[in-house]
Amino acid sequence: MHPILKLVIQRLALGLLLLLAISAVIFLGVEALPGDTAQAILGQSATPQALANLREQMGLNDPALTRYFHWLGGVVTGDLGKSLTNGTDIATAIGQRLGNTLFLAGCAAVIAVPLALTLGLIAARYAGKWPDKLISAVTLTTISLPEFVAAYFVIYLLTQVFPIFQPVAMVFPGMGFWAKLNAVALPVIVLVMVVLAHMMRMTRAAILNVMQSAYIETAELKGVPPMQVIWRHAFPNAIAPIVQVVVLNLAYLVVGVVVVEVVFGYNALGQYLVDHVTKRDLPVVQAVGLVFAAVYIGLNIFADVVAIIANPRLRHPK
Amino acid sequence: MADPLLDIRNLKIEATVYPPGEKPQDITIVHGVSVSVEKGKVLGLIGESGAGKSTIGLSAMAYGRGGVRITGGEVMVNGRDILKIGAGGLRKLRGHEVTYVAQSAAASFNPAKKLMEQVIETTLRHGLASRDEAEKRAVMLFGKLGLPNPETFGDRYPHQVSGGQLQRAMTAMALCPKPDLVIFDEPTTALDVTTQIDVLAAIKEAIQDTGVAALYITHDLAVVAQVADHIMVLRHGKKVEYGDTRQIIEAPRQDYTRALVSVRSIEHEEKQPTADPVLRVENVTARYRGTAFDVLKNISVELHPGQTLAVVGESGSGKSTLARAITGLLPPSRGRITFAGRELSAEQTARSRDDLRELQMIYQMADTAMNPRHTVGTIIGRPLEFYFGLKGEEKRKRVQELLDEIEMGKGFLDRYPAELSGGQKQRVCIARSLAAKPKMIICDEVTSALDPLVADGILKLLLDLQKIENVAYLFITHDLATVRAIADSIAVMYRGEVVRYGPKSDVLAPPFDAYTDLLLSSVPEMKLGWLEEVIAGRRMESAGN
Repeated sequence: MHPILKLVIQRLALGLLLLLAISAVIFLGVEALPGDTAQAILGQSATPQALANLREQMGLNDPALTRYFHWLGGVVTGDLGKSLTNGTDIATAIGQRLGNTLFLAGCAAVIAVPLALTLGLIAARYAGKWPDKLISAVTLTTISLPEFVAAYFVIYLLTQVFPIFQPVAMVFPGMGFWAKLNAVALPVIVLVMVVLAHMMRMTRAAILNVMQSAYIETAELKGVPPMQVIWRHAFPNAIAPIVQVVVLNLAYLVVGVVVVEVVFGYNALGQYLVDHVTKRDLPVVQAVGLVFAAVYIGLNIFADVVAIIANPRLRHPK
Repeated sequence: MADPLLDIRNLKIEATVYPPGEKPQDITIVHGVSVSVEKGKVLGLIGESGAGKSTIGLSAMAYGRGGVRITGGEVMVNGRDILKIGAGGLRKLRGHEVTYVAQSAAASFNPAKKLMEQVIETTLRHGLASRDEAEKRAVMLFGKLGLPNPETFGDRYPHQVSGGQLQRAMTAMALCPKPDLVIFDEPTTALDVTTQIDVLAAIKEAIQDTGVAALYITHDLAVVAQVADHIMVLRHGKKVEYGDTRQIIEAPRQDYTRALVSVRSIEHEEKQPTADPVLRVENVTARYRGTAFDVLKNISVELHPGQTLAVVGESGSGKSTLARAITGLLPPSRGRITFAGRELSAEQTARSRDDLRELQMIYQMADTAMNPRHTVGTIIGRPLEFYFGLKGEEKRKRVQELLDEIEMGKGFLDRYPAELSGGQKQRVCIARSLAAKPKMIICDEVTSALDPLVADGILKLLLDLQKIENVAYLFITHDLATVRAIADSIAVMYRGEVVRYGPKSDVLAPPFDAYTDLLLSSVPEMKLGWLEEVIAGRRMESAGN
């Protein structure tokens, strides 16, 4: 078998194992919370008899291990259970909101990743000179602003001073693609501002690190222009560390943007999770936690695989 | 007479240095040197490290490595001063009129790109040929330089070919755009002696066939004598002597050149083996964890007290691995190692403190073998404290004695490694190993990173110390001249086996086995026409077979 295929399969298997471990941790964490689900559903005024009946009905009296495997079995077959607060099917609810989350994250990533890489390459080309300093200053400023401050600033600027967009990013099923795009414009701008600096700095650092190599001197002595040296000779050797950071930021765009969702009233997974945490709706919390973990693991496997493929020693063994 | 192709006039080069604890200083590293090369001629630039030879070579492309700046003089290439043509003009010059072959081709090829892509890059960039034509020329050059399967060689990545092949590929890369001048910067220094001779012959032939002019930079006079028409000897950024190759080799005028020509003046009387060897290695076989082949195969050697066993071979022959097996870093899978009459346990961690103390090591890179934040006194004092419990004034006195033994004076006790020269660093490492009062020291390529004259000083010191302390050396080296200078017995290693072993006089006397013959005949000799003789001799042999 080709060594790369083998490595990819290994990584995938490890990822699944990790996900299994995380499911146990999530279940244990939720289990350790004080309080009682039945009590939470029926409220303080429930009679002891009603509580006992509900517990029996929900299987809460079974040992934790049995309930864990019951839950796990459901997860594997696509049944995440029902929400305690409104009785809806969790899988359906998550599916819809995950779509919104991925749409927002995707839009932000499509702008932020190429922009960050380009700015990083330019900063590396002019390291220590004014373009480098300008790029660093601007991106560091935007990352230093808390998300909600940046969000309100962007809202003020682009809806009041220049009324281009609407301040609320409402999306609903059946909305056209362009209408959706228009709706998420502001949150996308904020998210790009937040993730740009980290990826840009890493690109710059990785490129500058490679620029110390003897083969860069060779390229310079071959009369290759500076930007070509960076793009053709340095960048292919700097992909691995850059991808790692890019993926961390992508994961953040999926799982960490609840503040932005709230500010813009965007109905996605982060808000869904926070809503149900406050309502102690534990099955939902468990399910969303597992989805977030899967996203993290999946993206990191992707980064590993890209780093492996980018290495010619692994791609073309002796 | 027509203008020379390259005419460097009164070149001055400066660099900024950052001495520890002091303000940055500008120092001059080339003091008004003039160099000229005519069309189709080869000029050898020779000198020790710090002589400024690479710096002068790179100035022919108006390039300063690190913080190096050209501050004065003119560099005329094809009749124009390239210090005045700006960045765009330099990009046209580099990789077209003047090309460069670096010392370490392994580091100088981009690991992420195929060799062909890199070899024809400049030819395409400067619009000198179509891709097809450039690839044809590259394949032709691969063939001329003796690379295997020239048609497909370019499809490989740098990590898929050997160091010697990369060095040839780099030469092909330099010749591909049909330059007027090629700068060879120590192109064979990093290669094994048996590989060096082939690469050297390939380079020489390619130079002759293409009629290109060359600057050949090296510290090895015997090597440059084989390829250069003229030689310039440099020292401390100044010209020492310039002349045609025959005059420099056969009738040097300056003392410094004479010292370079007659280096290896050490006389060493071979000692007879004694009754009890200090080290006896019997049938040792070893492999690295997770690999399926033995890197040491059934090795048996002996080392007698106060004597030197030289272990010689090319890289990958297993000579450093033998040292790892003896020190216990790589426990052998079979065989016995007896040291000072007692059997050593295979694992280093299971050895007694005396076993550790009496078997010391000195390494090739003195730099990395010392803690840069410890003073010389602390470095040498550590084994005194550790093995003998010496403290305070007593320890200080003993450290000073050791410093005297290695011919370094009083002022060194409180200095840091960064303030020492390469030779001094290696001396400190020697003193540190002597501090443990060892019966035997393993010297792993201890002179390989040093200039010839400095290396000579270290070898003399080691021999003197051997007489005083009666310490035995296991001396690992790839350099046969060093072996001749200091060995009492020799083990020649090849692919994990000892192919020849015995007293020096026997090992270095005919009849030879095939490998030893190849090894001995590959060592460059300081005479004109040596390369042709050897190559012709080998061709005759292979034709006769």
